[in-house]
Amino acid sequence: MTVDTIKNGIVIDHITAGLGMKIYSLLKLDELDCQVALIKNAPSKKIGKKDIIKIDSAIDLKTDVLGYIDPDVTVNIIKDGNIVEKKQIALPERLENVISCRNPRCITTTEQELPQIFKLTDKENRVYRCVYCEARAK
Amino acid sequence: MRSLIDIAQLSISEIDALLEKANDIIDNPSKYAEKCKGKKLATLFFEPSTRTRLSFEAAMYELGGNVLGFSEAQSSSSAKGESVADTAKTVSCYADIIAMRHPKEGAPLVASLNASIPVINAGDGGHNHPTQTLTDLLTIKREKGGFENITVGFCGDLKFGRTVHSLITALRRYNNVKFIFISPNELKIPEYVRESLKSDKVDFVETTDLEAVMGTLDVLYMTRVQRERFFNEEEYLRLKDSYILTPEKLENAKSDLSIMHPLPRVNEISVAIDSDPRACYFKQVLNGKYVRMALILMLLEVE
Repeated sequence: MTVDTIKNGIVIDHITAGLGMKIYSLLKLDELDCQVALIKNAPSKKIGKKDIIKIDSAIDLKTDVLGYIDPDVTVNIIKDGNIVEKKQIALPERLENVISCRNPRCITTTEQELPQIFKLTDKENRVYRCVYCEARAK
Repeated sequence: MRSLIDIAQLSISEIDALLEKANDIIDNPSKYAEKCKGKKLATLFFEPSTRTRLSFEAAMYELGGNVLGFSEAQSSSSAKGESVADTAKTVSCYADIIAMRHPKEGAPLVASLNASIPVINAGDGGHNHPTQTLTDLLTIKREKGGFENITVGFCGDLKFGRTVHSLITALRRYNNVKFIFISPNELKIPEYVRESLKSDKVDFVETTDLEAVMGTLDVLYMTRVQRERFFNEEEYLRLKDSYILTPEKLENAKSDLSIMHPLPRVNEISVAIDSDPRACYFKQVLNGKYVRMALILMLLEVE
């Protein structure tokens, strides 16, 4: 299967197979009016199979979302058809308005204008906790 | 300007200084009688409380200051839907310091991020209760002489008991404190507490059998199974009488055991124990006022 190369934009590569759709929806790529391609289960020498997202526009990418869902992805910035930058994404220390606290006792459940902030509390096990109530992100 | 939301915000040396100040207040109350003259404490209690609110108010009065506030959400604008952030901004215009209790976890943190005066967390849901912890620490220090090399048993509701979580956070920073958690399986310590104890390699044991561990304890911290923390009344009724401390259960206890309870108690400590010299829970109440005096002085930066 071939998808046209892009001239100016972003390629999110090496997405763990199956996570592409989740990244697509959390990054709200459905709201863009440029061309976006989500390729599922593409063959990969490195990881067997992978998902790839190609965005035909130089958007401001929320790397914390990417890092939270899949810190192993690579982000390629494309200009004039060439890769001008390859970014490795790290696990973000803090997430703001990416996920919501599900603890029914948390203040964010009654005061919904509050920003949903989570902090990385256990890097090894990728545990995030709500800064307000310390409930673990699910 | 500082607030106190979580006991972990205080370093060991700051806690030691607070406890030292509280001891000095106990020994020389007249020295502190006018330290907060002209200052106002706002007690914003969105949830009922007897001890904590009265203790804060008594503390401020004994420092020569004044108190304003409310003791239930229905008598504040939150009943009209006002946010915690707006309440904190408003009260900052009237008072010098806030003590806030709220049923929602994290509400005092939100208040502190929006207030222009110090905020003290006086209990947020089942989450934190740092001034109860300071009260408990002062009591342990006065009863045991310090915090190192002691075995502390926590018994009852360890899941929702915010006083338990805060006290564990404070005590685990001292050397060689051993924790024994005694609770029904449904009310065990939350996973985040267990996780952090494990990652810090703190020595702890979880059991359902109080009598089996009684003889090893230096401190026994009893808690109430709290009706207001349950969504399901049936489950509350099933668990509420899990542990009732009676004189018979103390037969194997050490002669210098300190029996503590954050109060209010329902039936988890038999009244027959009140006259036992090892019962410390009413001393805790008194210590609470002094340690809150010390905290108000610290946060208002009054020497």
